[in-house]
Order: sequence, then structure tokens, then C-alpha cells
Amino acid sequence: MDIIYTIWVRNMLRYIRSKSRIIGSISMPLFFLLFLGFGLNSVVQLPGLGGNYIVFLVPGMVAMSVMFTSVFSGIQIIWDKQFGFLKETLVAPVSRLEIMLGQTAGGATTAVLQGFMILVISLFIGLHVSDAAGFLLALVFMVLIGISFTAFGIAIASRMEDMTGFQLIMNFVIFPIFGLSGALFPISSLPAWIVPVTLLDPLTYGVEGIRYGLTGVSQISPVVCFAVIGGFSLAMTIIGAFLFRKITI
Amino acid sequence: MTFALQIKNLTRHFNDLVAVDNISFDILQGEIFGLLGPNGAGKTTTLSMLATMLTPTSGSATVNGIDIKKDPDGVRKSIGIVFQDQSLDEELTAWENMDFHGRLYRIPKEIRNQRITELLTLVELNDRRNDIVKTFSGGMRRRLEIARGLLHHPAVLFLDEPTLGLDPQTRNHLWQYIATLAKEKGITIILTTHYMEEADRLCNRVAIIDHGKIIAIDTPKNLKDGLGGDLVTIGSPDPAAVAAALKEPWVVRVETHTDNVVVSLKNADQYVSSIVTLLNTRQIPITSITIHKPTLEDVFLSFTGKTIREQEAGQKENMRMHIKMMRH
Repeated sequence: MDIIYTIWVRNMLRYIRSKSRIIGSISMPLFFLLFLGFGLNSVVQLPGLGGNYIVFLVPGMVAMSVMFTSVFSGIQIIWDKQFGFLKETLVAPVSRLEIMLGQTAGGATTAVLQGFMILVISLFIGLHVSDAAGFLLALVFMVLIGISFTAFGIAIASRMEDMTGFQLIMNFVIFPIFGLSGALFPISSLPAWIVPVTLLDPLTYGVEGIRYGLTGVSQISPVVCFAVIGGFSLAMTIIGAFLFRKITI
Repeated sequence: MTFALQIKNLTRHFNDLVAVDNISFDILQGEIFGLLGPNGAGKTTTLSMLATMLTPTSGSATVNGIDIKKDPDGVRKSIGIVFQDQSLDEELTAWENMDFHGRLYRIPKEIRNQRITELLTLVELNDRRNDIVKTFSGGMRRRLEIARGLLHHPAVLFLDEPTLGLDPQTRNHLWQYIATLAKEKGITIILTTHYMEEADRLCNRVAIIDHGKIIAIDTPKNLKDGLGGDLVTIGSPDPAAVAAALKEPWVVRVETHTDNVVVSLKNADQYVSSIVTLLNTRQIPITSITIHKPTLEDVFLSFTGKTIREQEAGQKENMRMHIKMMRH
């Protein structure tokens, strides 16, 4: 536990010091929220989902913020590899599992903090949270998304030599996961043939879970959401730990 | 006498490249031991295996009596290592880097804090303890890394090219630190270097390594004395003729190279005029003549037939070829 905590602390220290990173990774979901939200609010009709488009968009943007930040935190291992710091950790008499879990905990925490900022900003542009339990539920889903995708980032970083493949991963893995997740539109409005694809996307369950917590309405049962994203985070942690164990420098 | 390290037939292959080729030697407790050789000779690979960062292809070694294959965690607890490339977190302060290390080695808080202050003072960084490492110069970073490597009181400290890329003044400064450390703390220090002067100044014993093999191992003094006195280098377009002409009883050894001849002899300054006369009478042209005390560079030259720089150029070429081949 003490080692996991040590690595978590290092992640927190780095996070607090990188002001530009905090602002940088909050800006994209925030701009999406503002431009798409205000731009499409009067145009988009959401049959059966009550509220307006901005409120519909908030959970998606929170999930986006958590996911992008966590993937990025996981992939940071590559920088540690390139700048040599990873050696310092790997040559210490600690297990790789502890290092990986510490990194996951650190990445998930920063990601949830980033998502939380979007959540707070959303309160000023139309989101009403009346239910404390629902709010906490949303937080739980944010944590699960954070763990899943930090571990995912670590898994990728363990197999990559440098940052050159990062753009590829962003465009062909991360962005489709985000786009298909129902963060921007209700799943039910998609053509029937594409719905199964969205249901294969783990982030869908994260977004729906947060949506249920914040607005009380979702298209997938929150229990199913919890089971899927919970299972996914566990699976990713195991895969990430396995691949990280084999990392060579 | 206790051994800090015992190395037996240690070998490491990278595909078909033999980076470390069946090396065996022992290092005594409290020694400053140098692995000297050109880049790509296998120094870092050897160090990585001893520090359990790399598994040997074959052979064995013990560090503080602990087997590197059977108990890598035990080895890791008892060694400190300063890598060739920097391994600090630049976003953290000097203190935070030390603290992180102390926590990883599970040093209790009070002892940790006390030792960090003590070590930062030793490397003269205590007044900069709360500064971000990014603002540190190369020499300061190196000193911080050495301090960090000592934090958990290792019995053996590995230094991989500790002064690479530093200016001569900082290098001198670091040498003093390392020598003091070994004396005061009684730890065994194993360093790799391709600076001959560094090995000569610092090390009690030196192993010269080339193409993954140990080609000589002794004290710097014995290695140099082995060359047989002073060295006279005679530049000439016809080195073979020079060598043939110098078959005199006072000449200890003659080495012929492509455009010069190196002659070993005692009290060389008294014989320079004799050499010149001898060569002149036989009408052998001389382009230059220099006398110097032997250095480890000369030792390397006499064992490999190449200077360390020539060897490096050749090995880089080999490496490049090898990498190209692996790509295809």
C-alpha cells in the first residue's frame, strides 16, 4: 500500500504543478459543451429524454474529460521511460504490480478531478443536481472510467517505444470509443445496424451511468452500466498489470 | 577478505550479438573498481545484469553474497545505482526526488528525513532542496543522483559513466566526492567509464573490457608498469624499418602501428639522442618523436592494437550494421 501511495503522491505533485496541462485538457470538453450545447440546443429534439440538449451533453463531456485525461496519464509511462525515471522505479525492490497500481490510482485521480471541474462548470450552464445520491453515483462511474482508461493507457505504453504511435492511438482507438459512446447523441437515434457497435463500447456504459446519476434518466439500466464498466475496469487493470510486468527498458 | 561481487562466466547475447562474453572476476569489499572500455564494449550490459535489470544469457554472479538470479529483490535492496542517462523526475524538487526514493526503499520517515538532509549537505545541494530539478545544471543533477543512490545505505554502489558530458571542473569535483564517499562510508563502488584518466585517478583496480571480453585486470599502476617504463612514440612512413632498427638491449618492447612505432624503455629521456642517431645512420625518415609516461590509454592500445577512440568508431559502425540487419 505504501508504495502505491508513494507513486500516487508523485502523480499528484506533477498534476498540481502542470497548470497548462490542467487547462489544456479541460478546454476541449468545455468547448464541445459550449459550442455543441448552445449551438444545437434549440435545433435538437430529444424524444423521450425530457430536458434540453446541454443537459444531455454534460454527462458525455464529463466522461470525455475523464477518459482523455486518464488515457493520457497512463501513456505518460512512455515519457518516464524516455526521460529515464522509470528505471529509478523499476530498479527499486518493489513489485511491478505495486508500481502499476500506483500509476493507475494516480491517473484515475487526476482524471476524476478533471471531470469534476467540467461537472462544476456545468452547474452554471443549466445542470441541476437535486439528488446527492445521484451525484455520488456519477462520481463512482467517473472513478471506474478513470481506472479503466488509465490502465488501458499503461497497457499501450508498455508496448510502445516512444510517442510516435500516440496520434494513431488517439485517432483510431480513443476517438471512436468516444464517438460511439452516446456522449453526443442518444443511442436510440442511431441506425439499427450501428446500435450493437455502441453496445460493445465500454464507455457507453460509463456515459449512461453518469447520465443516470446526474439527470435520473438513462437508456441503459444503471445496474447493467455498473456491471459492465466495473468489469471492464477490472479486466483493463489485469491486462495493464500483465503487460507492464513485461516492460523492458 | 570478503568479496562484494563474484562474477562467473557471465554472458549476455542480444540475438546474435554477444554483448558480454564469458567474463569472470571478483571485487573486494571497499574497492573502487573500474570497468574501462570504449562505448559498446559491454560495460553497461554488465552493470545492468549485476543490478538485476537484465537477465544473463548464461553464467552467474553474486552481489554481497546474494545470487542475482535467485534473489533479484535481495540484490536490489543492497545496491545503489546511478544510471548513465539521467533518471530524475524533473518536475519534482531535489527533496521530493530523494523522498520518493526513500519511500520506495521503505526507509522510516525520521531516518529518511535525517539522511536526506545529511546527503544533500554532502553533495552541496541542501540550499537548493526545494528547487525543481528542471532548474539544475548537469553537474548538480549528477550529484543529486549520487546522493539518491546512497540514501538506502547500499553496500555496493554502481556508477554508470558518472561524469559523462560534464565539464572538466565538475568532473574533478565529482571524482573527489566519489573518492571521499568510498573512504568515509566504506562502500564498494563499481564504475564504468571510457575516460582513461577517470579510471586512473579513481580506481583501485581496473578491468579493461573490449568486445564483451575482459582483456586485462589489475591496478592502474601495474597495468602501466606492465608496458615496461616510459614510452617513446616515433612517427615514420616506414614503421617496420624503425622497429627493425631498434633492436637494442635497452629497449624493453616495440609495438608497430600503421604510421608510428611505440617503444617502451626505462629512463627514455637519456636515450632519445641514441634513437635519433640510430635511425639517421640507417637513413630512416622520422616525422615526429614524443616521450611520455604511460597512461591507461597506452595499455588499451597495447592490448587491442587500437586507441579507444578508433575502437569506438569501429564499434559504432558494428552497432549500426547490427541494428540495420535487425530491421530487415
